[in-house]
Amino acid sequence: MFEIHDKPIDVSTLIAAVSDPEAGAIATFIGTTRNNNEGRDVTTLEYEAYAEMAIAEMERIGEQARAQWPIRSIAIAHRIGVVPIGEASVVIAVSSPHRAAAFEASRFAIDRLKEVVPIWKKEHFDGGEVWIGSQTGQPFPSGESGPRR
Amino acid sequence: MKVRVLFFASLREKVKMTEATESMDEGASVGELWNRLCQKYDSIEPMTPSVSFAVNREYADRDTLLRDGDEVALIPPVSGGR
Repeated sequence: MFEIHDKPIDVSTLIAAVSDPEAGAIATFIGTTRNNNEGRDVTTLEYEAYAEMAIAEMERIGEQARAQWPIRSIAIAHRIGVVPIGEASVVIAVSSPHRAAAFEASRFAIDRLKEVVPIWKKEHFDGGEVWIGSQTGQPFPSGESGPRR
Repeated sequence: MKVRVLFFASLREKVKMTEATESMDEGASVGELWNRLCQKYDSIEPMTPSVSFAVNREYADRDTLLRDGDEVALIPPVSGGR
């Protein structure tokens, strides 16, 4: 299950989607909207996606996770639009027979998502707003020359 | 040939539109399309070092050659966090 929508994310839906009688573990990662960044008081966060491509990239992350760890299932949901402070903007759930794979694959999935999935975050703070990432001039982490590496 | 160009996030705000159609010579590359757009909308030119591209929803290089009807997305740096 890979989805992008503008409503609150229901974590139990993702857990249900990866539940499996052969799994002995389900790891969930919840990315939440923080009220501060780089010394600024953040009032709200807003997300925008290239949804069709973002879903395809999430599916690819799922395939890469399956290739590297013995997981049973993975689900990713990302919220777009205005997300109030303290709410979930992204949720990842991974099931596996034993817990190590679920932890490692969920860590991989959120790190990779932040690198390659075309979703942008705009921070609104007292006195202004900024698209996160756009001020660094660095589209991908240093040491990577492109998204496919 | 004609290609459809999609603008997102900071780029969308700079050009004040979500998409456009550009007429390009046959065999034009993604980089040539970007240069054309920079001439039309000079506010996006400073993003040259940081922008990425996708053609038909797959990441592409500046050397990637375009075909009639392609969907080209201009992708500013994605949301980050650590």
